[in-house]
Amino acid sequence: MTLPPQVPLLEVERLRVEFPTRRGALLALDEVSFSIAAGEILGVVGESGAGKSLTGAAIIGLIEPPGRIAGGEIRLEGRRIDKLPPAEMRRVRGRQIGAIFQDPLTSLNPLYTVGHQLVQTIRTHLPLSPSQARERAIDLLRQTGIPAPEARIDQYPHQFSGGMRQRVVIALALAAEPRLIVADEPTTALDVSIQAQIIFLLKRLAREHHAAVMLVTHDMGVIAEACDRVAVMYAGRIVEIGPVQQVIHQPAHPYTRGLMGSIPAMDEDRERLTQIDGTMPRLNAIPSGCAFHPRCACVMPRCRQERPELMDAGATRAACWLLAEGAV
Amino acid sequence: MTQVDHKTQPPLVEVRDLAKLFDVSSPWLNRVVERQPRRYVHAVDGVSFDIEAGRTLALVGESGCGKSTVARLLVGLHAPTRGQVLFDGQRADWHERSARTRALRRRMQMIFQDPYASLNPRWRVREIVAEPLREHGLVRDRGELDANVDDLLRAVGLSALDARRYPHQFSGGQRQRISIARALATRPAFLVCDEPTSALDVSVQAQVLNLMKDLQRERGLSYLFISHNLAVVRHVSDDVGVMYLGRLVELAPKARLFASPRHPYTRMLLDAIPDLHMSGRPRTPVQGEVPNPLQPPSGCAFHPRCPHANARCRSERPAWQSLQGIKIACHAVEEGRI
Amino acid sequence: MAEFVPDPQPPGPSVVPEVAGFWRRFLDGDLWYSFRQSPIAQVASLLVLITVFCALFAPWVAPHDPFDLATVELADAGLPPAWLDGGNARFLLGTDEQGRDILSALMYGSRISLFVGMAAVVLSLLVGVALGLLAGFAGGYVDAFIMRVCDVMLSFPAILVALLIDGVGRALFPNAHDTLAFTVLILAIALTGWVKYARTVRGSTMVERHKEYVQAARVIGVAPWRIMGRHVLPNVMGPVLVLATIDVASAVIIEATLSFLGVGVPPTSPSLGTLIRIGNDHLFSGEWWITVFPGAMLMIIALSVNLLGDWLRDALNPRLL
Repeated sequence: MTLPPQVPLLEVERLRVEFPTRRGALLALDEVSFSIAAGEILGVVGESGAGKSLTGAAIIGLIEPPGRIAGGEIRLEGRRIDKLPPAEMRRVRGRQIGAIFQDPLTSLNPLYTVGHQLVQTIRTHLPLSPSQARERAIDLLRQTGIPAPEARIDQYPHQFSGGMRQRVVIALALAAEPRLIVADEPTTALDVSIQAQIIFLLKRLAREHHAAVMLVTHDMGVIAEACDRVAVMYAGRIVEIGPVQQVIHQPAHPYTRGLMGSIPAMDEDRERLTQIDGTMPRLNAIPSGCAFHPRCACVMPRCRQERPELMDAGATRAACWLLAEGAV
Repeated sequence: MTQVDHKTQPPLVEVRDLAKLFDVSSPWLNRVVERQPRRYVHAVDGVSFDIEAGRTLALVGESGCGKSTVARLLVGLHAPTRGQVLFDGQRADWHERSARTRALRRRMQMIFQDPYASLNPRWRVREIVAEPLREHGLVRDRGELDANVDDLLRAVGLSALDARRYPHQFSGGQRQRISIARALATRPAFLVCDEPTSALDVSVQAQVLNLMKDLQRERGLSYLFISHNLAVVRHVSDDVGVMYLGRLVELAPKARLFASPRHPYTRMLLDAIPDLHMSGRPRTPVQGEVPNPLQPPSGCAFHPRCPHANARCRSERPAWQSLQGIKIACHAVEEGRI
Repeated sequence: MAEFVPDPQPPGPSVVPEVAGFWRRFLDGDLWYSFRQSPIAQVASLLVLITVFCALFAPWVAPHDPFDLATVELADAGLPPAWLDGGNARFLLGTDEQGRDILSALMYGSRISLFVGMAAVVLSLLVGVALGLLAGFAGGYVDAFIMRVCDVMLSFPAILVALLIDGVGRALFPNAHDTLAFTVLILAIALTGWVKYARTVRGSTMVERHKEYVQAARVIGVAPWRIMGRHVLPNVMGPVLVLATIDVASAVIIEATLSFLGVGVPPTSPSLGTLIRIGNDHLFSGEWWITVFPGAMLMIIALSVNLLGDWLRDALNPRLL
């Protein structure tokens, strides 16, 4: 179904995810909002505990209980998917949303051949006969760059190397022609030289299939290479979102600036890396107002009391009171 | 002025033809019944380098290249199959239980990758940091011990009050600092660091790297820094060694290596790093994957993926030699083809 | 010029949040919470506490001393429990054929049973944990040998092993006095149970051995046996303690079985098993209370210890809540 051009493929609005514990509910995602258009790659970057993987899991509908979506809306092609019954969600997942996870070793079932898993996925979502599905599977393997796919389709996952397995996982994610692909740290477990190949592949396939991609990672280098836009997350909130070049070279939020400064660069020598003192707050101790204020060098009294919303900062948007004051 | 070595001292650490073979054969019964031969993995296959006092040598490479094994061989966690390690001009024989070996242990310590597994979860921080002091009898009484522990904790940016806590109360970066404090307890001259920041978030990594650089300056430490992250390596190292399938392929001062890499594998590696600042470098697509270490290619291990391989590369293993101010093992460079 | 001695600085603030004292943390903690939520655990621990209390303080708590011949009168023999016709309030659960109070005999009997059971578990813990540590740490032939011994021991039923060792003991020391008989009995039961500790500890040791804190200790130069005892042992004891709790129940039952068969405790110190045997003879003459009450007591001990162990195992399992 084709959408009118101004409706984004995926819209997430004020998403809240909480984990009920006996001491009260812990809010892991706090009013997260963003959208992705068809053919666009959005990177979601953050450190451990920021909630980026959880955002991906919420969209796919695979949050581990007792965690649950406590508020907000997720809309795929205009249709709400966060409150669907499990059977409906299962149909959406796989057909309209494809998922790629971090560890290719555990993403594939070691007991079945690669072909079996591909064909099974294809036939679950598309009305194809077994031989048509097999043809499509071979074609998918070829598209993901696996040499001699007709021979390798009947091999088992352990007969593939790490990079090859991740290609198979990508093929599996694309099997039913999804509109949205959620990739959670797809290259973290791979060697650097293979990472480059996989990123390249993901970009190419996203363009060819005109799918939207949500790429979750902690690696800014991958973001720089692969994404069109990037959202920076901190303590369950988005603190900055915008085109990749802007966020990397002209970050507006103090956290993003600290983050960019702490990454050693390949093209310059610095004596010391920028250090953000302290650590990300735990879920049960999220500061009032702006969650970053205890670690911020530019903190103002307002930051301690009121939580900032995302505000315009040139080409990007950032959640920082410095922008409201015009003090940046 | 004659070419007198400005280093009148021998290098702090000298490694000569270090090798480690792991026996990964099936159990005896399987071998007999299925008629399988014994199988070995050359995790490290003849590695030689020097580290000068006060400098940092980084070893980089992809998974399976043997860099972690080299680290472990240096501190005696594995026994080498051949080759030797010289520290301050003396052989390090770890299997020998002597006063000399014990003295050597005081001078050389190690920091590990996983901050969650490097500290005993049942011990308090004080006991963890004090263990080397106790083991080597460096303190006379409890008061001296406490003072030393407090000093060490302060040196790594923690507080003396943290000594009575348990590791699980600390974050990954803080635990890594505790590991560093423990490693510094015996006032070593040399630290082997096996991917110390790979498991940490980027902003925490910056804290730990800054700390390590400060400590090096204050205490005149030398580091062997193992990592797969070239950007980090570029930040911390003085010299860089590149490993592939158990062998060193290139070793050069940092600036040389990053500005003009000679070995084809080094070039490929540098090309493959996702570029944060997008200098717009044209990128050559990467060929193939690291081969199975059980069946390494003949001759030069890199030849299946090398655009410059010739017949000699396929049959003859290149020698590790000094060429134009760097050390390299490559026929093409030696022959002047690249 | 005098050497500059820096002032000792007051310690800077701790980098981690202040932690409350032990009791506060215990009461706030997950273990106590889980205990409060579980009525079974509460009842089971209450029963265990009562049993242990009565057993420990039997000489003071029991209404009579069934083994003091001066107080036992044949005239009181064969009395039913107090709530039945013919019963006597002085003997709440009735008396046996010699006039001994059943309730008191129960207390003294469980004293013996629990003592033997716990001693046996402690001994098999020591043997099992030591061998498991050794096997896991040394690896190679030592590990293979110890594991084969385990396999052999597991292929014999526990009772049979206990009977065998007991029999050998009696043959070697035919006129053994009580202490020796007890020792042999405890030994027999202990040797049936050590294998599970050895296996559990061996598995955990093999995992811990590869962790970086053990490697760090090796790099420091700590001797292997010290690493085993000071580093690895505290980390592998967790599951073992749960096993040991449940093991007490089965040790008590094995002892009862052996005593029932007549080859357990010496007759001068009757345990619950002995009481059951004695009572068995009188079952068909209608004096059911002599065997039923010791049997019920045995069941209560075994059941409550088992339930407590079960709860402990689940409570110690890490979960989100």
